[in-house]
Amino acid sequence: MLGRSLTACALIAAMAAMPAYAAKKDNSIRFAYDQVLENIDPYYNNVRLGVIMNHSVWDTLIYRNPKTNEYEPALATSWKWIDDRTLELELRQGVKFHNGEPFDADDVVFTLNFVADPANKATAQQNISWLEKAEKVDQYKVRIRAKRPFPAAIEYLAGPMPMHPNEYYAKVGPKGMNEKPIGTGPYKVVQHDIGKVIRLEANKDYWEGAPKPKPSIDKIEIRMIPDRQTQVAEMLSGGLDLIMNVPVEQAEQLRAAPHLAVKSGLTMRIVFILFNAGENTPMPALKDIRVRRAIAHAIDKETIARELVGEGVRVLETVCFPSQFGCTDEGAMRYPYDPEKAKALLAEAGYKDGLDLEFFSYRERQQAEAMVNYLRAVGIRANLNFMQYAAMRELHRQNKAAVTHQTWGSFSINDVSAGPSAYFKGIDDDMTKDPEVIAYFEKGDSSVDPEERKEAYKRGLQLVNERAYAVPLYALTTYYVADKDLEFEPYPDELPRFWEMKWK
Amino acid sequence: MLLYTLKRLGLALLVAAFVSIVAFMLLRLSGDPALAIAGEGARDEDIALIRQTYGLDRPLIVQYLDWLLTILSGDFGESLYFKTDVAGLIAEKLPVTFLIGGLSLLFALALSVPLGVLAAVFSGTWIDRIALAIAVAGQALPNFFFALVLIMLFSITLRWLPVSGSDTWAHFVMPTIALGYYITPPMMRLVRAGMIEVLGSDYIRTARAKGLSSLSVIFKHGLRNALVPVVALAAVQLGFLLGGSIVIETIFALDGLGYLAYQSITHKDFPVTQAVLLLLSLIYVLLTLVSDLLNAFLDPRMRVA
Repeated sequence: MLGRSLTACALIAAMAAMPAYAAKKDNSIRFAYDQVLENIDPYYNNVRLGVIMNHSVWDTLIYRNPKTNEYEPALATSWKWIDDRTLELELRQGVKFHNGEPFDADDVVFTLNFVADPANKATAQQNISWLEKAEKVDQYKVRIRAKRPFPAAIEYLAGPMPMHPNEYYAKVGPKGMNEKPIGTGPYKVVQHDIGKVIRLEANKDYWEGAPKPKPSIDKIEIRMIPDRQTQVAEMLSGGLDLIMNVPVEQAEQLRAAPHLAVKSGLTMRIVFILFNAGENTPMPALKDIRVRRAIAHAIDKETIARELVGEGVRVLETVCFPSQFGCTDEGAMRYPYDPEKAKALLAEAGYKDGLDLEFFSYRERQQAEAMVNYLRAVGIRANLNFMQYAAMRELHRQNKAAVTHQTWGSFSINDVSAGPSAYFKGIDDDMTKDPEVIAYFEKGDSSVDPEERKEAYKRGLQLVNERAYAVPLYALTTYYVADKDLEFEPYPDELPRFWEMKWK
Repeated sequence: MLLYTLKRLGLALLVAAFVSIVAFMLLRLSGDPALAIAGEGARDEDIALIRQTYGLDRPLIVQYLDWLLTILSGDFGESLYFKTDVAGLIAEKLPVTFLIGGLSLLFALALSVPLGVLAAVFSGTWIDRIALAIAVAGQALPNFFFALVLIMLFSITLRWLPVSGSDTWAHFVMPTIALGYYITPPMMRLVRAGMIEVLGSDYIRTARAKGLSSLSVIFKHGLRNALVPVVALAAVQLGFLLGGSIVIETIFALDGLGYLAYQSITHKDFPVTQAVLLLLSLIYVLLTLVSDLLNAFLDPRMRVA
């Protein structure tokens, strides 16, 4: 509230003043992020800024075109599965790292084997735990072996798995990589003051034939500014050119500033209500499918999406992001908003006088409050428990939270194996553990035939809806605020692509 | 004096030890650090591994004693988030925090002493009222709010000062004002009360009777005596400023100890949080001790306490 009125006042003040165009003049972009990176090395952090650095400073073997979602050659020129666990890749010749080291099979083999070794304690385990080892076939050919059949490997090789220079990495390790990062990517790191600023400069010798274009902007300055009010103030005073993840109410107000442009974009982060309908659920009423279905019918997701999520929101019918491989809502049972039906289902289940429900949430509190009110409207006495993510997850996994408001970004991985599989495949967060559902997701995750995978995921997602183990809601949006002369495009993977940006 | 010093020193050490225990326990009560370190989507086995690796599965008292022993041997451990040595991290950030603390104290003194003298000399008049109003406003505004108001005025409307960062002297102007203004009121009131008391005393009457100029009486004879308690208070306030800079450093994105504390709390990086808390409380206890001793030295009546 205080923040909102301050933004409004600041806005009036800003409109009276002239904006500064310092960055535009020297062809640079000043960007800010609120969380400090523990390490720039993409294998050693879990932060969004790390993903941004990964794609700016490094390249991956395979490239996923963010517009078509097709895989294209990058550091590897071609690839094929030689059995269901082994991928063979031909590597590109003539690529050089920022320090002049030429790129070849040794770099791939060293990087992948280094991070796959548990002794090296890579942070982003969820991205690399599928990897068994990499082998050199010849100077420009490698084989990558998965621990089990893992068709989504291509998506991972196109995402969170950049290639490091082997000689340099062997010498300095992740710690040295953080202090002085070296990659093959479109930008070079010229300065890194840990916790304060990262400065990038366009890589003039960026390799020919790369799927990412040669950058047009010469310099990028990334400052750590933890307070969002301060970021907004910097934008208003002309001290920054681009910020992301701006809260919706502030972004809407900033539209009034004449020198700024506000853009919103869909993200891959999906929102759903997850039920614990398992044997040891703390809410035995949830074992009755009619109660679960009543909850699904009680919530008006269209209205919440429109009123509280913001422009560009996408309402979902299944628990996955539509661009993910295997994601579909074809043939899936739907639960339109119908409070009367919800009440009838509850009465039929023997809860004519309502029932008590503990509702758990850890972000987007306003949306959680709306859900709780919808539940109360059909006679469910819902009580909101708002807490930190880690605390909620602990309660959920200990059978102490039956109804949780979950959000899941799939680590921007465009494959269902990184999405609903995490919640319905019988592993840690799956408390319901329905064997039929588990079997479908298992099959989807490990079959090699793409058509077989799609079919398995489709059946799995259908079953989750039919048995109402979760209530799919919508995918969140994010707001960017930029100088109005900066050309850029928001993508659902929330990756600002500096190498595509231009000043008008 | 020696006995008094030893007594105060012993008390200070006890307070520091107590603070370290409370800090340690509070951090552990605020949630399982292993869960926070593991992050979103971690598997149960990852969490168990982290618990084991960092020794979080041992009883709290064992963990505390272990921590205390390593601290006493001069080893502050390794940051769970940055994976570097905690002592190095702190040493890197400490100068910025001391700089802002020192500048803020100077600012507060520069504001409170003249205001206090004016208010005392013109006690009961409109000048007194205005001086009081300026001081009260400082205490009534929360410093984060005052900081945002300063940003609006000086950065957005006037565009005189940069909003955030620590590269040039201009970056330190607003943090100094925002932090220093908050401790101005108690110091100003102390100067005012001291001056009123001193100006009414016999030796001032004598000085005036000797025919000394009014200014000379006020500053040379009056202020010098009235400032004694202010020096002691300033020492304690410096401790407060160092702790209070957590909010100010976060708002202005100054890369100091307060900002490090904020980061370590959000990332549940407890070796860093513990070390920062211990350091800040030690500094605070030390400054209080200095202030006590200073008072006792300047005013023998206090040594009995």
